[in-house]
Amino acid sequence: MMRGNLLWTLFLVFVPLSLLSFGGGASIIAPLDHQAVAVHHWITQHEFVDMFAISRAAPGPGSMLVVLIGWRVAQWPGALIGAVGIFLPSSLLCYGVARMWNHYRGTAFHAALERGLAPVGTGLIIAGAWSILRASESGYSGWAIALLATAVLAWRNFHPLLVLFIGGTGYVVLVGILR
Amino acid sequence: MEQKQHEKRQPTEPVQQSADVDFPTVSFSAIFSLFFQVGLLSFGGGLAAWMYRLVVERHHWLTATDFLSGLALSQVMPGVNVANLSIYIGQRLRGLPGAITALIGLIFAPFFIIIGLAAIYEQIKAVPWAHNFLCGVATAAVGLVMSMALKSIRHTMHGIGPLAIMSSIVLTVGILRWPMVPVVLGITPVSVLLAWKTRQR
Repeated sequence: MMRGNLLWTLFLVFVPLSLLSFGGGASIIAPLDHQAVAVHHWITQHEFVDMFAISRAAPGPGSMLVVLIGWRVAQWPGALIGAVGIFLPSSLLCYGVARMWNHYRGTAFHAALERGLAPVGTGLIIAGAWSILRASESGYSGWAIALLATAVLAWRNFHPLLVLFIGGTGYVVLVGILR
Repeated sequence: MEQKQHEKRQPTEPVQQSADVDFPTVSFSAIFSLFFQVGLLSFGGGLAAWMYRLVVERHHWLTATDFLSGLALSQVMPGVNVANLSIYIGQRLRGLPGAITALIGLIFAPFFIIIGLAAIYEQIKAVPWAHNFLCGVATAAVGLVMSMALKSIRHTMHGIGPLAIMSSIVLTVGILRWPMVPVVLGITPVSVLLAWKTRQR
């Protein structure tokens, strides 16, 4: 009974996020954090930051974070519910629209939709970045690492995995020195 | 007969319209293995570039125009961009079963890998420096996310309007922590209308 309820709650949290993740999986980080930590107490703020880091270092879309949370809450069934909840609703929508897409290609409506959704998606992505920085409670060192990583990735072609590894090591060293 | 025509089609020719299925010759196992490969190798984003290389340049399953239109669609629609893109490509190749095959191929390996990592994490999270290391990885990953946002700003935002829309979302959802759903539902129509108006002029 309890367990069924839990899986159902997981599903109900993930479905709206799936349908509102404009600009990709990164745009739901802030509400996901809020739901998983503050509203449902599934995980602690620490764990959320750790899981976010794992999901970014692992292969595949970053939204696999949802699978991690599902796994933590209810093991395999939870992980499966996470994957279904986050991929299925948006996929169904996308499939339907993909079939009509070519029909509207080049029309003014299509162009307006495309240009109108872009800033919404980008805003959500930055909001997600902000909430991770806040949740990490890493202070000035965290901000410095984030800024450096942004600069290195935006203007130089570094391998992302290398940047993540240096970030992790750098922070361990910084914490050691500053303490 | 129709199959023959499709086989002969050159990749550079404009797409001939057919309702659902364009290239009936690509097998499901080929679709699965291509997307499996993309999912497995996709560290730190850039999956769309991988797909382009494999789908358009190596296998000639789609034309470049076709692919880019699908890319635009996958970015406009909610959902993980690469998942949407996989669905679009799969749908073009083999209709609904093709879309399902592509999506499952894409997330199959990452699903099991991330659970493996979660199991490892449960073992090591008591180690004092483990959280600090992951914390550093997370802040560096913020850089990953921000560089994506910067690219998007550079390519898609022209003028004050879109920047104001973007900033209002950063302020409300990010800094003030308002709930995302009503904010997005409220701001999106305004943004689309704004884009529509500026185009009319």
